[in-house]
Amino acid sequence: MKLLLIVLLPLAGIVLPPVLVRAGRTASAWAAATPTALALVLLAGMAPTVFEGGVVEASWPWMPALGLNLAFFLDGFGLLFAGLILGIGLLIILYARYYLSEDDPMGRFYAMLLAFMGAMLGIVLSDNILLLVVFWELTSISSFLLIGYWRHRADARQGARMALAVTGAGGLCLLAAAILLGHVVGSYQLQAILAAGDTITASPLYLPILGLVLLGAFTKSAQVPFHFWLPHAMAAPTPVSAYLHSATMVKAGVFLIARLYPALSGTEEWFVLVTVIGLATMVFGAYGALFKDDLKGLLAYSTISHLGLITLLFGLNTQAGVIAGVFHIINHATFKASLFMSAGIIDHETGTRDIRKLGGLRHYMPVTMWLAAIAAASMAGVPLFNGFLSKEMFFTEVVVESERLGGIGWLLPVFATIGGLLSAAYSLRFVHDVFFGDETGALPRHPHEPPRYMRVPVEILILICVVVGVVPSLAISTVLATAAGGVLLQAPEPFSLALWHGFNVPLVMSVLALAGAVALYYQRDAAERWHERTFPAFTGKGCFESVLAGAIAASRRLTAWLDDGSVQRNVVLVIGTAVVMAAAGGITGGLDAGSRALTPAPLPAVAVWLMGVIATVVVALRHHDRFLALVATGVVGLLSALTFIYISAPDLALTQLSVEVVSTVLLLLALNVLPKETPHESSPGRRWRDGVLAVAGGGGIAALAYAAMTRPLDSISRYFLETSVPGGGGHNVVNVILVDFRGFDTFGEITVLGIAALCVYALIRDEAHTMASADTEARHPRMLLIGSRVMLPLLAVVTVYVFLRGHNQPGGGFIAGLIAAVAMVTQYMASGVHWTEQRLTGNYFPMIGAGLLTAGFTGLASWLFDVPFLTSTFSHVNWPVVGDFEIASAVAFDLGVFLTVVGSVVLMLSQFGKQQPPVEGR
Amino acid sequence: MEILIASGIGVVTAAGIYLTLRARTFPVILGLTLLSYAVNLFLVSTGRLAINAPPIVHEGTKAYTDPLPQALVLTAIVIGFAMTAFVLVLALKARRELGSDHVDGRE
Repeated sequence: MKLLLIVLLPLAGIVLPPVLVRAGRTASAWAAATPTALALVLLAGMAPTVFEGGVVEASWPWMPALGLNLAFFLDGFGLLFAGLILGIGLLIILYARYYLSEDDPMGRFYAMLLAFMGAMLGIVLSDNILLLVVFWELTSISSFLLIGYWRHRADARQGARMALAVTGAGGLCLLAAAILLGHVVGSYQLQAILAAGDTITASPLYLPILGLVLLGAFTKSAQVPFHFWLPHAMAAPTPVSAYLHSATMVKAGVFLIARLYPALSGTEEWFVLVTVIGLATMVFGAYGALFKDDLKGLLAYSTISHLGLITLLFGLNTQAGVIAGVFHIINHATFKASLFMSAGIIDHETGTRDIRKLGGLRHYMPVTMWLAAIAAASMAGVPLFNGFLSKEMFFTEVVVESERLGGIGWLLPVFATIGGLLSAAYSLRFVHDVFFGDETGALPRHPHEPPRYMRVPVEILILICVVVGVVPSLAISTVLATAAGGVLLQAPEPFSLALWHGFNVPLVMSVLALAGAVALYYQRDAAERWHERTFPAFTGKGCFESVLAGAIAASRRLTAWLDDGSVQRNVVLVIGTAVVMAAAGGITGGLDAGSRALTPAPLPAVAVWLMGVIATVVVALRHHDRFLALVATGVVGLLSALTFIYISAPDLALTQLSVEVVSTVLLLLALNVLPKETPHESSPGRRWRDGVLAVAGGGGIAALAYAAMTRPLDSISRYFLETSVPGGGGHNVVNVILVDFRGFDTFGEITVLGIAALCVYALIRDEAHTMASADTEARHPRMLLIGSRVMLPLLAVVTVYVFLRGHNQPGGGFIAGLIAAVAMVTQYMASGVHWTEQRLTGNYFPMIGAGLLTAGFTGLASWLFDVPFLTSTFSHVNWPVVGDFEIASAVAFDLGVFLTVVGSVVLMLSQFGKQQPPVEGR
Repeated sequence: MEILIASGIGVVTAAGIYLTLRARTFPVILGLTLLSYAVNLFLVSTGRLAINAPPIVHEGTKAYTDPLPQALVLTAIVIGFAMTAFVLVLALKARRELGSDHVDGRE
């Protein structure tokens, strides 16, 4: 439970900073720091167990059928990472309080930072590889939001989009890898996967898995050739950059490589892929950093380089390499976070990050100078600081490895030395160009030391750098051994962390690198000229943008090809595809008739069928005469109502009959406004094409219907038939299903009906005109007028009757509602809008609303009795005249249905009725 | 009877498809209306045909037709009406705004 809390605390804390920012910026920072600190305390509480070699586990089933569990575990490596994320996160929160300006929305910043933190914690603590992928994607999304925090800036938006595209694509690869891993191992539990290394490396799927995992890891950790998003991500506020580069995001990539090390390493493929990419990234990043004039740009490329170094170490397949890699993760996190924060301080206090404009700052900010100088020295690998130790270990490892490899193995130490040299050179540039040299006089602001507490986070990190650098075995060896033990799944063999290992090859390499760096720095102008001559401006960003533009253009062309603006063509494509797919299914799956005995067809049925076919053919062939086609369509509808009666569906017949009336009226009203005839304009070719498609579709449906009707049926309906009376209190099973068993569906459907009515109203209310008093009785046929007024009370009684009997006999809310609507529409037609709305009502919105509320509250009332939404109850009442009568709560629901249906239908029809025909000749 | 209903559904579907492919809004709406008749009949028929066996429970009666497709179709008929009304209002509006009742909004 505590383990889950560590992840959930930052995520749950998201709501606090945006709320508390009203109480001030400091309050907002406290709101962000509190969940972080609490999580850190919880983590510290578990640390002793882990240091003793234990593993803390917690697991809840989430989607067990998919193998996705809410499972977490904490081992040495997870402890290290969680500690880094929370510890550095806390420092970042403090730093950001002073870094962000008054104009920046601080609540939003802290909320996104906490989301990012929670997602990172999820990655490092997941014990389920699918869960890990979920958190992995969450970091992509939250880092997108953080990088694009200054959303008014184009570079921030572009940088954010690029980071999301690259790391998101990597995330998809990782998902594929996770599924393959689960397939090979038979479990998605991470610990099971880690223990199954031999199975995985022996599997034929090993190479695809390795490739996909590495794609995920390399995109996240900005390895060549996916590095280009990282420099553009520095458009983020500096606290975010510091976090992204030190303990999170890019470190998630190396975390993954390290975490899956037991499962995937030990093979030649692993060695070649990981080492070569790591080496290339290290040298490339270091070289790139040397020529960056932007402080953060320099640091971004240096991050790429150091991540390459870490990757390389894990690629070596040796225990000492793993220890060195884990050590460098820690060291890089400390010095890189402090360097970014220093760069942020410089930017904040001088107004620029351009190295060409900076200089001589030692006079104005001496303390910051010392802090930055120590961090840079650590990055360069100068003795007495932590970076030196892991760099020495790195040199030692590549020398050992080159001896093992033979052949071109000597390249490894050579490139390692070059990487170290370049690293030292840009570190020197970072310090010397900014704090020493002459003042350029080009600073936008007068520089001074930052606020006290803005420097505290840097000081804490620098202290760690120095303590680890001077007394490493005392300060860090237990942590390192525990963390490396987590990666290796066993306690590593004893190793010694010491400043002095005697005169050996690695020491020579270090000396060479540092001396070479000084020489290179003093020849930097010549180097820069050479660089500009040799490498033309070619950026990964340009590549990315052109690929993106190409993809957008291609999808535009595809869309234009599929949809040329002709609706008819689109409908042909849709129906044609459906026909082809269904035909394929019918041919492969079989459309044979079943064994069920056929029902005899009496002569009247044949007559009805014949009339239906004739009416249908008339509609299709004579549709240019719209009145005729409308009448024939009505005939088809009435005949289908007859069919419903014959095949034992009286409710449907009643519904169809009343709907037929209102929809015919509706179409007639529409014809008042639309043209009365359809022009003959389709070419014979098109008519033939449509005809063939129609016959194919109709034939297919007929075959399908026949096959369905002749096969035996095993339906779930037995349940409804059996429980209708005892459970729902009604004999009419169709009605009981509507208002009780499937009441929630019905509730949704009447909602749709109400919405449709409101849409109809909203779309044509502007053109609706209530006919003026000139609309007199004289204009309406007297027979109809008198007849309809006499009929009205009669219809009202019928409505009540049909409504009340609905639960036991054909009828119910839908049908009664339709009949009532017909009664009202008849008044409209016979007496005109003016007369009707004066006497009845012109306002149907309250009726729709009342209907929906009645139905809804009937459902909610179930909750009062502690049963699910829309559970009905009933009892028997003895009414004087009617006799024994069941009163069910479903009747109230049905009343809601009734009101909604009446309101909606009459609203729609009256709106159509108020449309004026267009003035001829317009 | 099965043959009659299946072929009837087929004929109505074919006419519905043909009209749906026309160029003017009104025939298209009629086509959709025909298609919904066919679909409703089809859905009810998946409960198999039964004569004189409405799903209204009486003591002593054993044979009932399948009530479930009927319940589904009952709401489908009403929703189908709402859809017709909505499409019709779109057609009206389009004709008024664009001066044409062609489905593409232009002659």
